[in-house]
Amino acid sequence: MIEAINLTKRYGNLTVLDEISETIHEGERIVIIGPSGSGKSTFLRCLNCMEDPTSGSIMFEGVDLTDMKVDINYHRQRMGMVFQQFNLFNNKTVLQNITLAPLHIGLKGVRDREKRAQIKADIEANAHKLLQRIGLDDWADKYPSTLSGGQKQRVAIVRALAMNPKVILFDEPTSALDPEMVGEVLDLIKQLAEEGMTMVIVTHEMGFAREVASRVFFMDGGKIMEQGTPEDVFERPQCPRLKEFLSKVL
Amino acid sequence: MDIVNKWLVFWEKFGTGGAWQRVLGEGLVNTLLIAFIGLLMGIVIGTLIASVKVMPKYKLLPRILDKICGVYVGFFRGTPIVVQLLLAYYVLFPLCGINIGSLNTCILVFGLNSGAYVSEIMRGGILSVDPGQMEAGRAVGLSYGTTMMKIVVPQAVKHILPTLGNELIALVKDTSVVSFVAAIDLYKTFNEIGNKTYEYLMPYLFMALIYIVLVALITLGIKCMERSLRKSDRSN
Repeated sequence: MIEAINLTKRYGNLTVLDEISETIHEGERIVIIGPSGSGKSTFLRCLNCMEDPTSGSIMFEGVDLTDMKVDINYHRQRMGMVFQQFNLFNNKTVLQNITLAPLHIGLKGVRDREKRAQIKADIEANAHKLLQRIGLDDWADKYPSTLSGGQKQRVAIVRALAMNPKVILFDEPTSALDPEMVGEVLDLIKQLAEEGMTMVIVTHEMGFAREVASRVFFMDGGKIMEQGTPEDVFERPQCPRLKEFLSKVL
Repeated sequence: MDIVNKWLVFWEKFGTGGAWQRVLGEGLVNTLLIAFIGLLMGIVIGTLIASVKVMPKYKLLPRILDKICGVYVGFFRGTPIVVQLLLAYYVLFPLCGINIGSLNTCILVFGLNSGAYVSEIMRGGILSVDPGQMEAGRAVGLSYGTTMMKIVVPQAVKHILPTLGNELIALVKDTSVVSFVAAIDLYKTFNEIGNKTYEYLMPYLFMALIYIVLVALITLGIKCMERSLRKSDRSN
């Protein structure tokens, strides 16, 4: 579904991603691990062109996202993204955070007033359903600043879900959380995994990686050094760099 | 007593003579019109310029727009408002055959002038908003412009409201030069009283008082607005 072809990203002389070619199929749960500065997050952010690759291309459902003529906004609607720092819209309530983009897109070009009201009601009902799922429907009209970190991240995940994305990209979703809140966020991601959502997750939580991944990428120095099932990567690491990394984090 | 005398002379013209009607009905109204509409125009223009200035500049169009905005801001910040008024009213508009009256000219020039200042204030405000907000907007598929207007600018406005209040206060006081182009404002109407009575102490004192009250009211208004905008900050 997503195919990176010779993906390269440079900042000046520093090569962050070095000619990565990789295909991610529908239903896969890719977990990317690796030391800091290995290019994990940059790789993830290149997948929906939040960072423009220096060269190479990203094919998403047969469309080259790096082509300047492509309507990137349209394709991003179908690729959810969850950030380390949550990035909920601070000036919107929890409910508005979820409905903002669907409303903006759903109401575009619709003039008929009744139809608009209907679309709005549907989108809001869906948002409430999503909030109920994470047990935060009572918070619908509160502002994000009143939520805990774990609650914020769960709302952020639901915000991505509200667009019915084909794939969700998680950029270290638990790194900014208090330890006791990590569990609630990981549980939600696991639920999504069980439902068959395609996802790409950058994380430092090795236990979680092993549990949720269908395939694990180990990145170092801008390359995917090793990949395989969680069993292969964690039990039978091949490359010395991965062995060293695992010995430090496990 | 001299001062009592001066007061009586002033009051005879201002109060019983009915000059207050012109002062409040025309002078004060025009002063407020120029300042408030000017600021509104300034906010619109300033927001647009600021959005251009913070735009990523890979493509040609943003770069050209950026240059144009640079010239605009350079001109309006680089020349005194009186010069801009004179240029517009006596040179530019007659040359183009435009005749919109002195009050409208003043509103326009103050709006354009304020736009240049507000653009810098707004740019600072936009830069103070966490870049993650823009990223999140783009990540759910909103365009740069939509994210800017729905997410970033509203948060920026909250940050810059006190500075924007300053701009309004400055505008209100700057309007006192509009009589250069024959517009009638507070200064003009009080000056007329002085001209007629040959007595300037009381009219000018009174004028100062009205400006002070105006500024105090604006300060109060800004405080109220700030409080209501703080809703989305930590509240419970």
